[in-house]
Amino acid sequence: MDKFLTVNADKCTGCRLCELVCSVVHEGVSNASKSRIQVVKWEEEGRYIPMICQQCEDAPCKNVCPVGAISRDKDFGFLKVNHEVCIGCRSCIGVCPFGAMNYNPTRRRVFKCDLCGGEPQCVRFCEVKAVDFVSAGAVSAQKKRLSASRQSAASKQAAALGEH
Amino acid sequence: MALDRKIAYIDLSTGKIQIKPIPLEMRKKFIGGRGLDAYLLYNHAPKGCDPLGPENPLIVSGGLLTATCASATARTHFMAKSPLTNLLGSCNMGGFFAPELAWAGFHHLVIKGKAAKPVYLWIRNGVIEIRDAAHLWGKTTTDTQWAIRQELGDDEIKSAVIGSAGEKLVRFANVMTGIKNSGGRTGMGCVMGSKNLKAIAVRGTLDIKIAHPVEALDFNKKFIDQITSAKVSQIQGTLGTPFIWGATNCWGGVRNRNFQYNQMEYADEIEPEAIDDIATRTAGPHHMTGCFGCQVHCRAKYKVPSGRYAGKYDEGPEYTSLGAFGGEPDCRSAETVLTGNYLVNQYGVDNLEIGSLIAWAMELYELGIIGPKETEGLELRFGNDAALLEMIHRVCTRTGWLGNALADGGIPASQAIGKNSFDYLIQVKGMNNLHSDERGTPGLALNIATASRGSDHLRSRPAIDLYHLPEPVLRKIYGSPIPYSGPLSSEHTEYVGKAWQVFWQENCYMAVDCLGICKYHTVFLGATLPNFEDWPKVIYYNTGLEFTPEEIWAVAERCNNLERLFNLREGLTRNDPIKGDTLNHRYFDEPCRRGAPDVIGARIDREKFNAMVDEFYEHHGWDRDGVPTAATLKRLGLDREPTHTL
Repeated sequence: MDKFLTVNADKCTGCRLCELVCSVVHEGVSNASKSRIQVVKWEEEGRYIPMICQQCEDAPCKNVCPVGAISRDKDFGFLKVNHEVCIGCRSCIGVCPFGAMNYNPTRRRVFKCDLCGGEPQCVRFCEVKAVDFVSAGAVSAQKKRLSASRQSAASKQAAALGEH
Repeated sequence: MALDRKIAYIDLSTGKIQIKPIPLEMRKKFIGGRGLDAYLLYNHAPKGCDPLGPENPLIVSGGLLTATCASATARTHFMAKSPLTNLLGSCNMGGFFAPELAWAGFHHLVIKGKAAKPVYLWIRNGVIEIRDAAHLWGKTTTDTQWAIRQELGDDEIKSAVIGSAGEKLVRFANVMTGIKNSGGRTGMGCVMGSKNLKAIAVRGTLDIKIAHPVEALDFNKKFIDQITSAKVSQIQGTLGTPFIWGATNCWGGVRNRNFQYNQMEYADEIEPEAIDDIATRTAGPHHMTGCFGCQVHCRAKYKVPSGRYAGKYDEGPEYTSLGAFGGEPDCRSAETVLTGNYLVNQYGVDNLEIGSLIAWAMELYELGIIGPKETEGLELRFGNDAALLEMIHRVCTRTGWLGNALADGGIPASQAIGKNSFDYLIQVKGMNNLHSDERGTPGLALNIATASRGSDHLRSRPAIDLYHLPEPVLRKIYGSPIPYSGPLSSEHTEYVGKAWQVFWQENCYMAVDCLGICKYHTVFLGATLPNFEDWPKVIYYNTGLEFTPEEIWAVAERCNNLERLFNLREGLTRNDPIKGDTLNHRYFDEPCRRGAPDVIGARIDREKFNAMVDEFYEHHGWDRDGVPTAATLKRLGLDREPTHTL
């Protein structure tokens, strides 16, 4: 399965429903600080960026874990923490370049995105599709088209100005 | 659990802080939010208290469902005795403050006393601290918020703050959070200023246990689909509330030149699509943003396109800014509207009130009731954009004779100006009317005349009256949860049945205000949106509390009656031109001069209007003077108030 959680920050309205939904799905409680996805905001400029685990191929959290508690799910490809093995050293939190590994002070254990087992609920609730669950191929095809249309517009403009 | 959230009593004079739970029986009687605030105000404000005195309690709250899986539970409510109306003060804002307050462990704050010097409250995870705010005093609304985050080292802190208008005790100063979310009516920011309270900063990471999480999420998804599939929500999410101003201006239902006209001519530059173009140009194609958990995302991001404040980031403008800085003063420039919007957000003042008051002063100037002496030489005429913007500065900083007079609100200003200036003041209960013209819509006129916080559309407006819905559809909406077999008319120019619609909407809006939900998620602009029948499930799935639709209706009635009791105690009488359920004489005497055929020539018939008020009182169980009868109070369990349970 090559689907992954993709973020289009431009589309994010900053409502943080994803955070609410994520904490309720995973913990049964509403608590944005326990959400796997967090919207980082610069309110003074109106910029919002949802931050989420990238399920890296060469994952620093997996590499740094001294007891091998982090492994990749065979079916969906996400990285998961085996709490039976985890010793709670939190090295993974320190090493993650995205801040996507978190610590739950109530349960006293680390937590991260598990793609809701293949049906990410943040995606289900995000009407504007600022987060989406799609195949890598679809994303790059879309990006190619977007970039090509920019080039096309630029060349049309250049033609209109008689520059070639 | 949402039911675990507490009330904090904070005395700024003594520094004493008490934290108490909210008993379940109080939830059953008042639910929470605005309803419980009404109880707290009625019980804690001494009769006839000075709104700017230490004894006036400022009550801050989230609703019962705040930060749960109900849709759009972003609303924060403020209540106190109003320094603008000397009656019920109440305002409601979106943003992210209330959810953070709930995560910090609180649903209600009752703030009394007055701090000796500027302070702010710092609330996190059940702990409340009163901190020095000397360094924040004088800062704008946004700078205050960023400074608090920096000082306390947490970018996730949400603050409700006042700007310099609140500090200067402008009687219609806002409480604000984020860039533009405003508790903007009845001067609750002025009450904060009177207490030397610059800000309330909150941060919470406490769990709110959801009683039935799977069902709560599924039901929320159903709600979201229901809400986002409504055309009106989709337009709101594209153009924001300016679309309402644009549509009603086309038709002839807005105020122009202080109510002289009901339509603004040559408004092309401030039509919603034109404002949207500016937002697209300055903030990109995806420029709509939203409050907590809301999929309607009705406010735009933009930068002021030109002029002295060019490049400044802001959000909005809403309907009211188009009315306040466009229609009312008859200024046709988008730059003026967007600059005005930016200024009121930074000063922290009610755009509706300030725009109306300046438009009123413009009419007085053109009539010669005031002159260059009062305006210090400013040519305060309609269409003078520079004079409008200058007056915003003057009012917010209390500069000059007129600036200072207007900062005291319409009634005191009319007394200071004298002559017949009061006749031109378009107000109810001392608060200016929304920039809509209700002469062609008797139901909407009844709404603003009887609204508990003074002229206001968000208390009881049957906005869907304008859609000409077939009678069976109206019966389906307005015939539940309490059966109603009286007349209902699809015709917005009619008087029959409107009293029931206003009564129904009043209870509907009270219920969402108790729950902490936005009115765009109920029957306000969208006829198909959730209401009484849907809320029992939302409440049950999220909190485990069981209510029937009829019980929610009864809570709403109870809370509306408490607000009425407060107003009556503070001097409301039915026909008082200042403190009554009345309208400016222009509604009755001057017909609409512009607009569509169903509007032009329209005015409110005085006799029919009075009959409508009688009928409205009857639905409530009030006597001819608008006083709840003993039987009504007994039925609603209010016969012993104030009971001082909380």
